[in-house]
Amino acid sequence: MNVLLQLAFEFFKTGIFTVGGGLASLPFLYDISDRMGWYTRSELVDMIAIAESTPGPIGANMATFAGYKAGGLLGSIIASVSLIVGPMILVLIIANFLEKFKTNKHVQAVFYGLRPAVAGLITAACYGVMAITLFSVDALKSGDILGFINLKACALFAVMLWAVMKFKKHPVVYIAICAVLGILVKF
Amino acid sequence: MNIYLQLFLSFFRIGGLTFGGGYSMMPMLQKECVEKFGWCTEGDLMDYYALGQCTPGLIAVNTATFIGNKTKGILGAICAALGVITPSIIIITIIAMFIDGFIDIPAVANAFAGIRIAVCALIVSSIIKLYKGGVKDMPAFIIFAVVTFLSIFTDVSPILVVVGAGVAGFAIKAVGGKK
Repeated sequence: MNVLLQLAFEFFKTGIFTVGGGLASLPFLYDISDRMGWYTRSELVDMIAIAESTPGPIGANMATFAGYKAGGLLGSIIASVSLIVGPMILVLIIANFLEKFKTNKHVQAVFYGLRPAVAGLITAACYGVMAITLFSVDALKSGDILGFINLKACALFAVMLWAVMKFKKHPVVYIAICAVLGILVKF
Repeated sequence: MNIYLQLFLSFFRIGGLTFGGGYSMMPMLQKECVEKFGWCTEGDLMDYYALGQCTPGLIAVNTATFIGNKTKGILGAICAALGVITPSIIIITIIAMFIDGFIDIPAVANAFAGIRIAVCALIVSSIIKLYKGGVKDMPAFIIFAVVTFLSIFTDVSPILVVVGAGVAGFAIKAVGGKK
C-alpha cells in the first residue's frame, strides 16, 4: 500500500482511540513504530521532549514528526490532518446535540458539576508544571533543602502573575519577556 | 475581515503560542475567543473543555472545533481546527528537517525555562477566572477540591473524573430540586 495512504489510515485510527489529550496517543505511536518502522522508539522519546516544549497541541506535534519521518512534508500534513478528522466528526455531532439541549434542566445540572471539575483538572496540571519549574524535587531527595526552591524562578513567577492580573496584555507578551529573560538570566 | 479567515488566524495564534499542551491553551482561548472577538462566553469555554477531555482526539482541536462550529457552523469548525494545528506542522517540520539536538542548544533550553515560568503565571490567572466562574457554592467547591486532589495525587483518568463530576452535578441538583 502507498505510504501516504497507510499514514492516513494509521493516524485516523490513532485519533479515534486517543482519549484524554495528546500524550494518550503515545502507546499508539509506539505501536506504529514497531509495526511500520517509520521512526525508531528512541527518536520518538526525543520527540516527546520537543513536542512538549514547542508550541502547539502535543498530539499534533507528535503526528507531524512521525508523518515527516515516514513521508516528508506531505506525510507530516497527512498524518496530522488524519489524526483530527475522526474526533472532529464526533465533536460536531455532540455540538449539535448540545445546542438543542443546552437549556434542559438536567443538562444544566451536569454542567454545574463539570465546571468546578475543569477548574480542578487545570489546577492539577498547573501544579505539575510548577513542580518542575519553580521547585526541584530532585534536590529535596538528595537532602539539599535550599536547592529545593528555585528562588529566581519564584521571583519572576510572582512578578509575572502580578503583571498578568494587572495589565491583561496578550499572553504572548509575557511569553516573549520570559523567553528573553530566560536566555539572559538562566533559570 | 472574513470571519472564516479570522477564525483560522485566531486559532493559528492560539496553536502557535500554546506551550505545554491543551490545558495551557486556556489563557489564549480566554483572550482571543471571549475578550477579543466574543465568539463564546467563559462558561461555554469550560463546557467545551470538559467535553473535549472525554471525547477522543486532542483537547485543543476538540475545543477549537466546538468554538468554530458555534461561530460559523461546520466550515467554521474546520477553519478553527486547521488553524490550531498549522503552527505545529510548520514548526515541527522545520525542526525535523534541519535541527538535530534542538532542545540541547543552550539558548533554546534557557528560553524554554523562562517560558515555563510565564506559562505558570498565565495558567494561575486562568484558574482564578475559571474558579470564579464555576465555583459559586459549597457543593461546587467540594467537587473542585476532590478533583484537584485526585488529579494531583492519584493516577485516576481525567475521563473518569469528568464523568464523575457530571454525575455528581446531576445528583446534587436532583436532590436540591426536591426540597
